[in-house]
Amino acid sequence: MIRLPWIAEPRIGRTGPRALLAPLIAVVTTVAAAVILMSSQGVAPSRAIWQLYIAPLSSLYNLSEVLLKMAPLLIIAQGLAIGFRAKVWNIGAEGQLLLGAIGGSLLPLWFNDSVNPMMLPAMALCGMLFGMGWAALAAFLRTRFNANEILVTLMLNSIALQLLYYLVSGPLRDPYGFNFPQSAPFPPVAMLPSLFGMGRTNVSIIVALLATVAAWIFAERSMTGYKLQVGGVAPDAARYAGFREKRAVWLSLCIGGAAAGLAGVFEVGGPLGQLQRVVSPGYGFAAIIVAFLGGLNAIGILFAAFFMAVIYVGGDMAQASAGVPYAVNTSLQGVLLVSYIAARLFIDYRVRWRRDITQQGVN
Amino acid sequence: MGTTLAFLLSGTLLAATPLLLAAIGELIVERSGILNLSIEGMMALGAVVGFATIMATGSHWLALGAGGTAGVALSVLFAGVVLLALGNQVATGIAVGILGLGLSGLIGKSYEGMTVAPMKRMPIPVLSEIPIIGPGLFNHSLLVYLAPLLAVGLWWMLRSTRIGLVIRAVGESPESAHAIGYSVLMTRFLAIMVGGFMAGLAGAFIATVSATLWSDGLIAGRGWIVVALVVFATWRVDRLVIGAYLFGLATIAELLVQGMGISVPSQLLTSIPYIATIIAISILSMDSRKMRLNSPASLGRTYNSTA
Amino acid sequence: MGIAAMAACRPEPIDAGPPLLDLGGVTKAFQTVVANRDVSLTIRPGEIHAVLGENGAGKSTLMKMIYGVFPPDAGEMRWNGETIMLTSPAQARKLGIGMVFQHFSLFESLTVAENISLTVPDSMARLTDRIREIGQRFSLPVNPDSLVHSLSVGERQRVEIIRCLLQEPRLIIMDEPTSVLPPSGIPALFETIGELAAQGCAVLFISHKLEEIRSLCHSATVMRSGEVVATVDPRRASASELAHLMIGREIPHPKRSAPRPGQDPVLELSRLSQPSDDPFGVGLHDLDLRLYSGEIVGIAGISGNGQKELAALLSGEMLLDRRRRDLVRVSGSACGDMDAGRRRRLGLAFVPEDRNGRGSVPEMTLAENALLTGHAQGMVRRGLIERSRMRAFAETCIREMGVRCTGPEAEARSLSGGNLQKFIMGREIRLKPQVLVVAQPTWGVDVGAAALIRQQLIDLRDSGVGILVISEELDELFEVSDRIHVLFRGRLSEALDRSAATVSAIGDYMTGGFLSRDATETRIRA
Repeated sequence: MIRLPWIAEPRIGRTGPRALLAPLIAVVTTVAAAVILMSSQGVAPSRAIWQLYIAPLSSLYNLSEVLLKMAPLLIIAQGLAIGFRAKVWNIGAEGQLLLGAIGGSLLPLWFNDSVNPMMLPAMALCGMLFGMGWAALAAFLRTRFNANEILVTLMLNSIALQLLYYLVSGPLRDPYGFNFPQSAPFPPVAMLPSLFGMGRTNVSIIVALLATVAAWIFAERSMTGYKLQVGGVAPDAARYAGFREKRAVWLSLCIGGAAAGLAGVFEVGGPLGQLQRVVSPGYGFAAIIVAFLGGLNAIGILFAAFFMAVIYVGGDMAQASAGVPYAVNTSLQGVLLVSYIAARLFIDYRVRWRRDITQQGVN
Repeated sequence: MGTTLAFLLSGTLLAATPLLLAAIGELIVERSGILNLSIEGMMALGAVVGFATIMATGSHWLALGAGGTAGVALSVLFAGVVLLALGNQVATGIAVGILGLGLSGLIGKSYEGMTVAPMKRMPIPVLSEIPIIGPGLFNHSLLVYLAPLLAVGLWWMLRSTRIGLVIRAVGESPESAHAIGYSVLMTRFLAIMVGGFMAGLAGAFIATVSATLWSDGLIAGRGWIVVALVVFATWRVDRLVIGAYLFGLATIAELLVQGMGISVPSQLLTSIPYIATIIAISILSMDSRKMRLNSPASLGRTYNSTA
Repeated sequence: MGIAAMAACRPEPIDAGPPLLDLGGVTKAFQTVVANRDVSLTIRPGEIHAVLGENGAGKSTLMKMIYGVFPPDAGEMRWNGETIMLTSPAQARKLGIGMVFQHFSLFESLTVAENISLTVPDSMARLTDRIREIGQRFSLPVNPDSLVHSLSVGERQRVEIIRCLLQEPRLIIMDEPTSVLPPSGIPALFETIGELAAQGCAVLFISHKLEEIRSLCHSATVMRSGEVVATVDPRRASASELAHLMIGREIPHPKRSAPRPGQDPVLELSRLSQPSDDPFGVGLHDLDLRLYSGEIVGIAGISGNGQKELAALLSGEMLLDRRRRDLVRVSGSACGDMDAGRRRRLGLAFVPEDRNGRGSVPEMTLAENALLTGHAQGMVRRGLIERSRMRAFAETCIREMGVRCTGPEAEARSLSGGNLQKFIMGREIRLKPQVLVVAQPTWGVDVGAAALIRQQLIDLRDSGVGILVISEELDELFEVSDRIHVLFRGRLSEALDRSAATVSAIGDYMTGGFLSRDATETRIRA
């Protein structure tokens, strides 16, 4: 039998600052991978690093783009992390985001000449309810029929996309839009106010930061957060304690769905200003990576979302200036998460060479 | 009517073959206790590498082999993270899947929208002469016939061979398998690599045999349907075959309904396989006792093979 | 033939030639704990050699090293006089070392023959014959085509032994083999072991049951805290001498007084039948049970006869549907459909057999684990956790039960089994329950902690709590219980009073002796 030359023993006790090592390794690996991938597209290494990681922070305008993309990533990831800690695998944030965008669009499209200041809060609420409802489908099927939520939420992503296509090419299409598959533009009251007049950043980042605070309190201080966590780490202990599994599933999916729905409203009420075929550049999937990269911790996710937003903006800029395909971005997201998970080995386990242990003996 | 039926049969077979191929691989992986959620990415990478190979060499067989190899390459990464770095299988599967999709888009950029010649058909003598059924079932490329035979082989392997027994044992209890002297690590590593090969092969089949083109997003969620198929089959090979052909039928239902001239939004038709998947999983999973009886007991659980 | 008589006619092991297995100075440490220190041991062919020690003395670690599961950190192993370095169980088996595990390493979803074929390379047809043949030779009847999950624990042990014997071993290690047998099944096992030894196979017999060792074994190595404290001839030592060697002092026994049971039952099951959720589990049939305040009722039985299901039904981890909710009553309230949290509010506390992952969350601190069931004790206000109260609660549990740990911030998984059990017991007692259900209270716990836990149970009874103890250890039940029921194949016997509950009466019940004649046909031949 093959025996590995090393052994990994679970670490007992708090990990402390060592936990920062994994995201650090992941970021370094991703930068290295970026250089390789960009070189394969004919971009020199120094230029690649500049384009992807420095340029996005080099001007106020670019920085505001980063914050604009960070907001949806942050809010979705905070919502997903709550479920992931409970081991409820909501992979459907992308679909829930689309439903949120649809729900958020209904009011400004129905009341297209409205000047009511309550428009935005109502849109946000509507979008959250739509996202939550879409996720609740998965919760219902899981709790009632025991259907695996990973597969259901994934399938719901594809269905949500088809639903969006149908709406923008039919019922919600702009009647004066020359048959383009998009809705009428939103009235000004339905647009998120921009921040400090700088670039396109809007209040969504403030909302996302508030959500981060709420997520932190929920996870670290609330009894409900504790119950969800017990359900994730030790399901038998949760059943023993009388924490209901079905409740955890409903709660996890509904919170995740509402967060993603709100992010959808941010998009249509922010940079887009209307409902169209492309609402999200994969925020729902990227947020899964953000949640893990942040160690499923509210504060960690804050930094992870920022880094992911930098990658997004850098990728956009590289695409615009050097014709680097968008797939580079997707690949780098994969590298980021793979290397993060692999690096977690050294956080969660103590890895030693077998040889060293035998020589050491026992003292 | 006859040609419609023949088209229906042949289309179902063609759509079901890659699903069955990849699902055979995933079933082996899951039977060994590992949940591989990166099938979608492995299929995409296999598809584009297969397509690139056929553009360079013109050989379908080389293309299929290269696609399978690409799947293996990605599966080695997955296996390394899950088995050696002890990563969470759900998260790792998603991560490796995203990587595969990204790489496939990158490699495929220069092939976007190109087409290739279809693979040579191998009509089965006599049988292919039968009206309707003949052109429907017995006039395909070799792999279409081979896929169900592979499934029979898998059934036999799991039931009656030592390696099948070891895979089942490892999937039920890696601890016990280790205790009686089997290498959980090797068994799972090999199973994952076989799963990767089959996924890559299935992707290459789509790009070079059934669709005969490459475009980004070609796989369109079929990798996830494969994962669902294994759940649908409750980890049994006989049901896997039935499920694959049913889903094959569902994926061509879009063309069929359009052909019948019924006016339904095309987006609804495109959604049929996804909706069917959700319904199928829900019905099949209802009996949680039976699911637990059939599912590999250690599925998805991290096992520390170093200690 | 009685157990004691069998020992007398047992042939002595062969003395000539080198010993079969010779260990010298073997040491093994895990992270911080030294499990084995400088252990030496010699076995001759045909010798039945006991390794004696209480829970946590290092017996299992030693056996796993001999079986190649992991290598020693230091020391030497000689097999037939030659130094060996085992790196895997496969290698150990090739040498002729076999092992019958305490927790079987059988696969539930495979048949007996398939299980055995994993370690014995042969065609399935021939293997089936060989299983039948060896089963006859050593009186180990078992059907090779049965799926393992359909077998009783005793039958599974037979499969383990047959699997071992088919490899024609020269040394068999048996880890606590009698723990899964009814008293009446033990002589048959000893018969088998005797035959093995007579044919020249050495047996390493691991146990903490003194009488068994005295009647069966040629020699005994006594271990305490990972070290060998003596090697003796158990036939010439008294039980109390062995006990003294094993734990270094007298075995402490709890003090008990006459029970003063109350008038109304605090826990009641009425004709309860329920299939198991687990496809490999045992269904319960027609259970009738009444537990009064101020008494301890024991549930005896061999593992796998429905204990897990009974515990889960009582605790609320397994629920009845609403129509049948009044089949389970706690303090008079029907609660069959209430989850564990709501039953706790009715005054029912439960200490499960799995401490890690069920009674506690291994990755969480003791303070956080106090919250698990103690959250209603003022630790949560307006949905937010009061961390200082949570910590104070944990500190009290630690202090009152004498839990050895670094404090309330210690992770549950850093505690030894006994200490964690003390913490969980303390936590549940502090909930001031009316009913306490305890499953396997001292399973894997050292003698000192076990005595403390049993004393706590008796003291709690005296304060008026009704206590139900589900245990596979008869000695323990005799020590604490006022009345004893026996669970067999999901059916519960009537209660025997403490005075009427003898080993032979309970032993008979453990193989279904309490069932009516037509039901008796399903009795296992032990």
